[in-house]
Amino acid sequence: MLDTLRTLFLTALHAFHRRATVQYPEQPPYLPPRYRGRIILSRDPDGAERCVACNLCAVACPVDCISLQKTEADGRWYPEYFRINFSRCIFCGLCEEACPTYAIQLTPDFEMGEYARSNLVYEKEDLLISGTGKYPDYSFYHVAGIPVPGKARGASERERPPVDLHSLLP
Amino acid sequence: MTYPALSAIILTPLVILGLATVLTWVERRLLGVWQDRYGPNRVGPGGMFQAVADGTKILFKQDWIPPFADRGIFVAAPAIGMMTVLLAFAAIPLTMGTGIAGDMNVGLLFILGMMGLGVYAVVLAGWSSNSKYALLGGMRAAAQMISYEVFMGLSVLGVVMMAGSFNLRAIVAAQAGVWFIIPQCLGFGVFMLAGIAQTHRLPFDLPEGENELGAGFHTEYSGMKFGMFFIAEYAGIILVSSLVTTLYLGGWRGPFLPPAVWSALKTGGVVVFFILLRAGLPRPRYDQLMALGWKILLPLSLFNVMATGTILMLRAS
Repeated sequence: MLDTLRTLFLTALHAFHRRATVQYPEQPPYLPPRYRGRIILSRDPDGAERCVACNLCAVACPVDCISLQKTEADGRWYPEYFRINFSRCIFCGLCEEACPTYAIQLTPDFEMGEYARSNLVYEKEDLLISGTGKYPDYSFYHVAGIPVPGKARGASERERPPVDLHSLLP
Repeated sequence: MTYPALSAIILTPLVILGLATVLTWVERRLLGVWQDRYGPNRVGPGGMFQAVADGTKILFKQDWIPPFADRGIFVAAPAIGMMTVLLAFAAIPLTMGTGIAGDMNVGLLFILGMMGLGVYAVVLAGWSSNSKYALLGGMRAAAQMISYEVFMGLSVLGVVMMAGSFNLRAIVAAQAGVWFIIPQCLGFGVFMLAGIAQTHRLPFDLPEGENELGAGFHTEYSGMKFGMFFIAEYAGIILVSSLVTTLYLGGWRGPFLPPAVWSALKTGGVVVFFILLRAGLPRPRYDQLMALGWKILLPLSLFNVMATGTILMLRAS
């Protein structure tokens, strides 16, 4: 009897406790910088696409939601199309880990609700952002040993000029 | 029939139905408050129109009658539940002058009778659904409501003895000095418990018992028929609360404010207490419920009748 009344009293006291509810749309939750949300394709500091269409992300993806096709221009590889089906994506971040050029990145944004399922298929122009994402200074072609227009062989960072075989004398 | 009487007859059910609908929102908000959350607060200011949204939704839902159900009774059961509750309100006096039949000389008996008839709604719903969970819920409801009705009547006897009348206005008039909750505290406690059981509210909602019976007697009900059970339950809460107010809390008596406001305030307070019970207490086992009724509450209410009678006799002689 008394413990019942005590229970009621303590329950009534909860009216003055702090609310546990987060009033979501008005009061956005804190998302840490490494939150795994909407996937984007970033660009290097020069503004060119980072993605080299190596397909590693598509291989790593456990739900096969990434689809892309390689094309070439000026000695660089690009994705001809790059498609992520977000109705399949489980936001595991394995694509980001697999990416050798930091092109594909997960962002702290999850508000991607749609009324039609087909709207969840993001094409390359939906995925590409204008910035560099989490790695502001990284540019794959500046560290890779491949010659591209504007950068000769041997001009990469931490790369020595190529050895001239014909100048080698005994 | 006079014009004010007619308007009271038309207005009372409308007001009660409106209040019961709003009460569904009030309950959810209050439960939220006591569970450290907000409750429905999106539709309209503070979520006020949640009840309207729910009502609209339930009106447009498919109203399905299972093919195995006893059709006639199945349809009649929620109507009976609604009707008995609304009829019982006829005898409740809001103030000295207002109320449809506030001056009925057997007002209290009429209300107890109507609440007794309310059992039919639940039992018939459980029976006509022709499904085992509904039937179990109906059987539980029958046993629970009939046994708790016994000492609901007995607990009220103390009040009737002190007031010397079944007339609810006379009972309030007899509380001019001290409210009956003081001399009849035992009867008040028993009446509250019986009232919870009678409206099969939590923690005594065993006829519905979600975790063992699905939804109990209204398992097979959908759409507005379910809505009517729902609204009838909330109207039942208001009925028991206003009855507690009238019998034990001095009805419309109180300083400064007009009588109708006092009635409403006290009834509202009891309603809030009902919701607090739901927020705070777990549901007992069915045999515990019956044991509490027959082994504790029945002797208590009999003792209350005996003690009240003895004291009244000694005082008279």
